[in-house]
Amino acid sequence: MEEQLQGLKTEALEKIASAANVKELNDVRVAYLGKKGPITDLLKGMGKLPAEERPKMGALVNVVREDVTASLEERMVILEEAAINEKLQSETIDITLPGRPVKTGNPHPLTRVVEEIEDLFISMGYEIAEGPEVEKDYYNFEALNLPKGHPARDMQDSFYITEDILLRTHTSPVQARTMEAKGGEPIKIICPGKVYRRDNDDATHSHQFTQIEGLVIGEDIRMSDLKGTLSVFAKKMFGEDREIRLRPSFFPFTEPSVEMDISCFKCGGTGCNVCKKTGWIEILGAGMVHPNVLEMAGYDSKRLTGFAFGMGPERIAMLKYGVEDIRHFYTNDVRFLSQFQRTEV
Amino acid sequence: MLVSLKWLKDYVNLQELPAQELAEKITRSGIEVDAVIDRSFGMTNVVVGYVEACEKHPEADKLSICQVNVGEETTQIICGAPNIAAGQKVIVARPGAKLPGGIKIKKAKLRGQESNGMICSLQELGIEGKLVPKAYAEGIYVLPEEAEIGTDVVTNFDLDDTVLELGLTPNRADAMSMLGVAYEVGAILDEEVLLPEITYSEAAEKADSLLTVRVDDPEVNPLYVAKVVRNIKVQESPMWLQQRLMAAGVRPHNNVVDVTNYILMEYGQPLHAFDYDLLGTGNITVRHAKEGEKITTLDDAERTLSAHNLVITNGEKPVALAGVMGGANSEVSGSTTTVVIESAYFDSGSIRQTSKDHGLRSDASSRYEKGVDPNRVIPAAERAAALLAELADGEVLAGSVVFDALDRAEKVVSVSPDFINQRLGMKIRFEDMLDILNRLKFKTEAANGQLVISVPTRRQDIQIEEDVVEEIARLYGYDEIPATLPEMETKPGGLTPYQEKRRVVRSLLEGAGLLQATTYSLTSEKSAQQFALTETETTKLLMPMSEERSTLRQSLLPHLLESVSYNTARRSDSVALYETGSVFLKTEDELLNEEEHLAIAMTGLWLDNSWQGERKEADFFVLKGIVESLSEKLGVELAFERGQMDGLHPGRTAFIMNDGKRIGILGQLHPTEQKVRDLKTTIVMELNLAELLHKNSEPLVYTPVPRYPSISRDIALVLSKIVEAGTVVNVIRNAGGKLLKDVRVFDLYEGDKMEAGKKSVAFSLTYFDPEKTLTDEEVTAVHEKVLRALMEVGAELRS
Repeated sequence: MEEQLQGLKTEALEKIASAANVKELNDVRVAYLGKKGPITDLLKGMGKLPAEERPKMGALVNVVREDVTASLEERMVILEEAAINEKLQSETIDITLPGRPVKTGNPHPLTRVVEEIEDLFISMGYEIAEGPEVEKDYYNFEALNLPKGHPARDMQDSFYITEDILLRTHTSPVQARTMEAKGGEPIKIICPGKVYRRDNDDATHSHQFTQIEGLVIGEDIRMSDLKGTLSVFAKKMFGEDREIRLRPSFFPFTEPSVEMDISCFKCGGTGCNVCKKTGWIEILGAGMVHPNVLEMAGYDSKRLTGFAFGMGPERIAMLKYGVEDIRHFYTNDVRFLSQFQRTEV
Repeated sequence: MLVSLKWLKDYVNLQELPAQELAEKITRSGIEVDAVIDRSFGMTNVVVGYVEACEKHPEADKLSICQVNVGEETTQIICGAPNIAAGQKVIVARPGAKLPGGIKIKKAKLRGQESNGMICSLQELGIEGKLVPKAYAEGIYVLPEEAEIGTDVVTNFDLDDTVLELGLTPNRADAMSMLGVAYEVGAILDEEVLLPEITYSEAAEKADSLLTVRVDDPEVNPLYVAKVVRNIKVQESPMWLQQRLMAAGVRPHNNVVDVTNYILMEYGQPLHAFDYDLLGTGNITVRHAKEGEKITTLDDAERTLSAHNLVITNGEKPVALAGVMGGANSEVSGSTTTVVIESAYFDSGSIRQTSKDHGLRSDASSRYEKGVDPNRVIPAAERAAALLAELADGEVLAGSVVFDALDRAEKVVSVSPDFINQRLGMKIRFEDMLDILNRLKFKTEAANGQLVISVPTRRQDIQIEEDVVEEIARLYGYDEIPATLPEMETKPGGLTPYQEKRRVVRSLLEGAGLLQATTYSLTSEKSAQQFALTETETTKLLMPMSEERSTLRQSLLPHLLESVSYNTARRSDSVALYETGSVFLKTEDELLNEEEHLAIAMTGLWLDNSWQGERKEADFFVLKGIVESLSEKLGVELAFERGQMDGLHPGRTAFIMNDGKRIGILGQLHPTEQKVRDLKTTIVMELNLAELLHKNSEPLVYTPVPRYPSISRDIALVLSKIVEAGTVVNVIRNAGGKLLKDVRVFDLYEGDKMEAGKKSVAFSLTYFDPEKTLTDEEVTAVHEKVLRALMEVGAELRS
């Protein structure tokens, strides 16, 4: 019987070693250790043995059973790991396939430019003022030192609705309205918005476009403050190493009036096609608020002075992004619009 | 304004500066030089030739064979100009010559005949066709007899010149004359200005023996000067004069007209020459036109006048539209022998109005409109007399006939140096200020620490202290101004709540996948009211540029849909755009109600993840979902009611409601509308954004995270197809009471397993009590109540 037992053990261990997978191994377990297995049979047959041999044989059977069980478990660990590995292998994906797209839109390039400018000036303590696009002649012209018959009215041929009401030709009426509303108090505002002029639409003209203007009024506001403010703006918008220069100009609502150029951000000032070989790019118009404008809005022009500046986001966007035709901003071709997604920060 | 530097040198020393450098200095100190034009265009080898013989080409009707003496030799040149003739002095481009536009002249054979060069027109020398004298406009230019054979045309006829094109701002009317530019350049370069010398001898007879002048309205015509020049010979002007006019952009005519134009350019003072004999009377009367009175101006147009037009008359009928254009009836011609030269000061507003009335702008009116120098009216008339004596052999009658009520005093402006420095944020020395004012030729006295400045009448733009600040600053140099920042009370800047919420809306929509669009506010009258949320009259422009852009929009959708069509026509099949912008609604007030709206339009695929087989067409519910998330983001309640609107699908349109008020529309385009716009299924939405953004937001207070579990029960109902899910949800909510936390539709089935006219809708109900864990019995009790309520309204449970 002992021999029989050893034979069983050897046989079981061989089968365990040759089991190829978890299922086969489980079959071995059932075959040898199960209730109907040979070892159980042997134990059942112990009753036929003489009483004095029974303990010895019992111990022997248990040893064999434990050896077989230990071997089984050891083998099980190996086979289970192999099974997992095989499963993982079969689950491998092509990681080069595209991800599930996240649908994202983005702001219009002009909004992008306007908000960038707004945020810069907000950080310097400015508020954003807005006003109507259909305006009274008074706010659009007269309050800005452009009385009826003033030659400078030719500079901006306008769309009138009645003799006295027109589509605003610039965002300056918002300044006039703000000044009137503030009743002599200091002001620091930025006014963005749509404006309209009688122009035939082509690559560089649009009957509708946007403007963004700034106005600061306070005690002792000097032209040097204007220059400093514009310099901060130019560096922030176009790069830290930008220089600015002011050139004399004329606007009825400012005196002195200037135009501001920045050193070319493409060539750095050596001359290229962006700056038309001059090294400088014209960016905006500005000046010290004309005393007539202050007085008309109820400000004491002897006590309070101010500066104003204005620019075209279309022009800035065209320069910054290299857009060659202003009409792109209004045709809304998705192949154009969707290019303004990426951050530039 | 075109400024010939050769001409400018007559009045001011240009210090031999290269033209580009001079241009840069002028630009940096106040007048923008738009272009620097080399009049020679690099021309070489162009000489004066003499046509010794000229005969027809035997094989070409339009060609002539010319024997031309070019100094070194006499050579054969074939010429195609109709006006070529023997005995003429002409411009010859020799073989090897370079002409404007990169043209090189070579020896050639034309129809078998040798041609050694080209006889040139002025156009071929780079002069614009409209500036070439009429006699030579269609052919070659004929030089005066005294031109020396073989000499260089470029240097002899002042083509070795550079022209600066000035871009003048409206305030610098003073620079619309050569003298004005000379003063400006004199100030920049610190040079003196030489005025033209005026000398001529007068006849014994007096001008006022032939002519009287009467002015009816001294307000609009405070100064009128007339000179009479007799026995003149009307002919071509000398080359130097013609060249100067062409350089200034004026076409030469004859010596009389050319002299008036020359002085217009030199002094900025418009002059007019009348043929004295054609005037008919010796009386000039300046008056307002009679209503309906007619005049034919020099451009051969008959113009009907109104009372605010000022006219020059011969006492009876108009002979000129004052300050704008002369009349054809008194025009100087080849047979004129006596001329009246008019030099006058007219009110700028009156001329502007007349010019505008008749759509007629001339070199004269553009100067009067901006105001001429009152102190140049008389010198200009004298200068004209002198030039007519010199160039037309005229006999100038003694004296002038003058009406004079014009104040010619100089404006005095006092300003303190401190004021100037304070405004600029600079420390310019007093002496430097004085120096600048002297360079400008402003008479300045220093009194009590003030600069007391007499401003010359040519600079009418200098009126107040700030104008002086600018003059000082621009000539001192804007580069010298330091950069500082305003010193004022520091207040936080920022957006208003409205503006901040607008940005929240934008970022939500962009995050949801929409691209922001911008369209035009002006549209056609036809589409102005389409999709409008409020019915109002249209607002039209008085003078639109086209019908397409004649009316203010009342809805953003028509243009937004145009943008969608634009894209689909270019094979971008899936488009999702939004726009925020104003619509314009008529009110009782003068101004319009500008309502900020939000519009969205989408077509094609909303989601496309093709390799995983996930595709979703844009439909009503995609857009409704966006509107719902907007409502949540802003914390405003939006409800949807079935609605109708022209252009939208009658079964797929909803009004967007807030507080019982209709504030927007959401729907699918009507198939007919889609066809008109060449679109596939397109969903649109427009709402009154201002209404939403103006609402105050509730403060955000946290609700405790539930400590007890909630319990869900699902119900599948069989409903009549016409019953809306929203109605059922309301029934469930009412019956569920406060333990019912949420109701969601999670399935809809309308397939063929359903009885006709029926559909199945499944709801998931969530019960929850914040105070305790609900027992099964408690939930069942409420749920039974819900079920009973549903049965009462005719719903059946689906088995």
